[in-house]
Amino acid sequence: MPLSATCNEVRCYHCGEPCLATVTRLEEKTFCCEGCKMVYSIINEYALCDYYNLNENPGVAQRIKVRKDKFAFLDDASIAAKLVSFRNDEQVHIKFYLPQIHCSSCLYLLENLHRLDRGVISAKVDFTHKEATIVIQAKTTSLRQLAELLARIGYEPYISLNDLNGKRPVYNKRMISQLGVAGFCFGNIMLLSFPEYLGIGVSEQGLKNIFHWISFALSVPVLLYAAIPFYESSWKSLRHRFLNIDAPIALAIIITFSRSAWEVLSGTGAGYFDSMSGIVFFMLAGRVLQDKTYQRLSFERDYTSYFPVAVSVLKKDKEIPTALPGIKVGDTVLIHNDELVPADGILSRGNAYIDYSFVTGESIPVLKETGELVYAGGKQTGGSIEIFVLKEVSQSYLTSLWEKDDTTKTGESKSSFVHLLSRYFTYIIFAIAAGTAFYWYNHDTHKLWPAVTAIFIIACPCALLLSNSFTNGNMLRILGRNHFFLRNAQTIEQIADTTNIVFDKTGTLTSSIEQEIIYEGNPLTAIQTKQVSSLAGCSNHPLSRALAKQFPSKKNMQVLAYKETPGEGIEGFVDNDLVKIGTCCFVCGKTDLRMETAVFISFENDLLGWFRFRNHYRNHIPSLLAELKKEYRLSVLSGDNASEKQTLQKLLGDDADILFNQKPENKLAYIKELQQKGAHVMMIGDGLNDAGALKQSNTGIAVCEQTNNFTPASDAIIEAAQLSRLGAFIRLCRANRKIVMASFGLSILYNLVGLFFAVQGNLSPLIAAILMPSSSLCIFLVTFGSSNLLAKRMHL
Amino acid sequence: MAVIVILLIASLSIASIFLLAFLWGVRTGQFEDDYAPSARMLFDDKPVSPIIKKKSK
Repeated sequence: MPLSATCNEVRCYHCGEPCLATVTRLEEKTFCCEGCKMVYSIINEYALCDYYNLNENPGVAQRIKVRKDKFAFLDDASIAAKLVSFRNDEQVHIKFYLPQIHCSSCLYLLENLHRLDRGVISAKVDFTHKEATIVIQAKTTSLRQLAELLARIGYEPYISLNDLNGKRPVYNKRMISQLGVAGFCFGNIMLLSFPEYLGIGVSEQGLKNIFHWISFALSVPVLLYAAIPFYESSWKSLRHRFLNIDAPIALAIIITFSRSAWEVLSGTGAGYFDSMSGIVFFMLAGRVLQDKTYQRLSFERDYTSYFPVAVSVLKKDKEIPTALPGIKVGDTVLIHNDELVPADGILSRGNAYIDYSFVTGESIPVLKETGELVYAGGKQTGGSIEIFVLKEVSQSYLTSLWEKDDTTKTGESKSSFVHLLSRYFTYIIFAIAAGTAFYWYNHDTHKLWPAVTAIFIIACPCALLLSNSFTNGNMLRILGRNHFFLRNAQTIEQIADTTNIVFDKTGTLTSSIEQEIIYEGNPLTAIQTKQVSSLAGCSNHPLSRALAKQFPSKKNMQVLAYKETPGEGIEGFVDNDLVKIGTCCFVCGKTDLRMETAVFISFENDLLGWFRFRNHYRNHIPSLLAELKKEYRLSVLSGDNASEKQTLQKLLGDDADILFNQKPENKLAYIKELQQKGAHVMMIGDGLNDAGALKQSNTGIAVCEQTNNFTPASDAIIEAAQLSRLGAFIRLCRANRKIVMASFGLSILYNLVGLFFAVQGNLSPLIAAILMPSSSLCIFLVTFGSSNLLAKRMHL
Repeated sequence: MAVIVILLIASLSIASIFLLAFLWGVRTGQFEDDYAPSARMLFDDKPVSPIIKKKSK
């Protein structure tokens, strides 16, 4: 239930969240918790309060405290060595991922880190990647101290197992440089060609030659450097015995250059250097536009990005921080509150209350007792637990799922329709060239080579490539503006082909942050409701917070003798009544046999009733499903029990598959089965349990509440609030192909005009130079105009 | 008209300076983070005393 905001609500000065239970004050400023207050006092102490002036409430809530020895593993030399990017006797350079970075205040505070710790030499924030590169003095400050300092001011570094491998996708600098070179050469050659276009006098023959030679020199970098992506791509495709669109383009570039070079060397003409460099420049521009990916999002995450770098292993009653790959079967690992279970094992001590939210999408923690099996990937909430490791990290249930999924994806090998189209195009061009060659061979052998080369120059499928890459690039931008982020341009086509849509239930159709809370039992009075909400406000447990949110009160009652038993419940005296909230066992000493998530409450040890927690269907889901079921076959796969079957069947229609109790491998098998029947499957899921299915499906779309959150590897990421517009997104992707075809048709007209001159063997550089930019411009206008118009019509 | 050749050399060399500047910008990663520099330049750089301020309370 959304929180009803009242105007006189007390908000935290640091994080801006409403102060629910207790209000902490310092210097007339209010804080929601001790953590926020601590951060403020540190920042205030070092006179960095501009942090609060740049943006209002710039902080992130600090309710969950960072454990004292959390970064102890950074003292371990072998782990630290893998994390730092540079180290000598004096300096250490390290790059930390700080997911909390979100505004200019963050930038200000972090770049002034040297004022908080004299061991810090400099700190530089990379805002797009949410990273900070920090240089410290090796002697005065250790990595651990640095990490702890960052954690103290609210920017706890996120260090995952992935960081140990050290591979990160690099920004494609080379293509930008190539674009720059091509642009430089193209512009200058164009200027030098103008005299030629305007018909420079015969008297200036010497000048003309100089112009030709300079154009020749300028086109060499285009041929040898800027056009490399086309050679690489066509070489790759030829090796796979497949003709992609880049092959005829590479051929056209080489033929154009050779013929022009020959003309200049023999002094017979100006060549087509302007057209050649122009083509390369426009095509590179289209490619850069299309390849512009969302750098802050990652579509390639595997389990290593979720797992911590190190955990504490218990050896002779000592906690030894150990890097994850070093954990062996038979070790006992200690898992603290809010830490991830890194490997499958048996719970040997403590009460595990495990939150499998990113494994299953289910946000409500599961209680495990000593001796029970705990799977890797769950997050412990509550006290510390000990786990006896049964399987190594890479062999655990979840991680092995990732490994297993390396089956080749059918969608990947399928090539874009543009390549198929370009192949026909190439055949036709070869046929025309052969015909022309045959004709001139019989009539006038002098015109044979000029005519044939001119055909290749004028009719390379660059227009097709241009229209494709510009339309795709613009489509990606329109969708990105609507918070639907695609991994690459190929995904647009995959989405357009969709015939079946498969949904995950928990976390996708239902919201993982909102719950429906239903009360059963003796009715509560207004005062009692207030007492319950005041007590629940003291706890950080997700269920307690949900309860406190459900019954917000302006002024909370005082809670005395508050006690929280992790995994069981909370109790305390509110308004002189002993109130208990928690599991059935905790509240009334009996075990509850129902499988539902419920929280019981008692006053003075008198059971009053219980709150049932149910998943809340996202708003607009019914209308979305009603819209989609007209055009696609829908299915729902759920890891839950079948209690929701009837509701879902009503929403999806009678012929939809609705399967329950689906394990990750069942989901994957279901998608495979659909694909074998010839379906083109779109899978929409959120948790790691959908990861296999997302990978197998033709388009896997990961749903997330916020784009900052972690999502499993997928082809696209959609913000949960935008899910209702999925229908429009698919329609837009379908229109994409039509736009490409239309602008391609238009460019064929231009080609025909060019061919008319080319087959006669008198294609002058002027005609080539007019046709080439005007057809490119035309394509540019058609693709941008029509895709933007369509998006506007669909209200995207 | 031979003067055009001199102009040509001048214009080409100026253009190549810009090209080199662009390439240098790409190499040093100036196109990678498009938010931080714009925010950074607005911070008032108050003179930072080398000795960190003692507790003010």
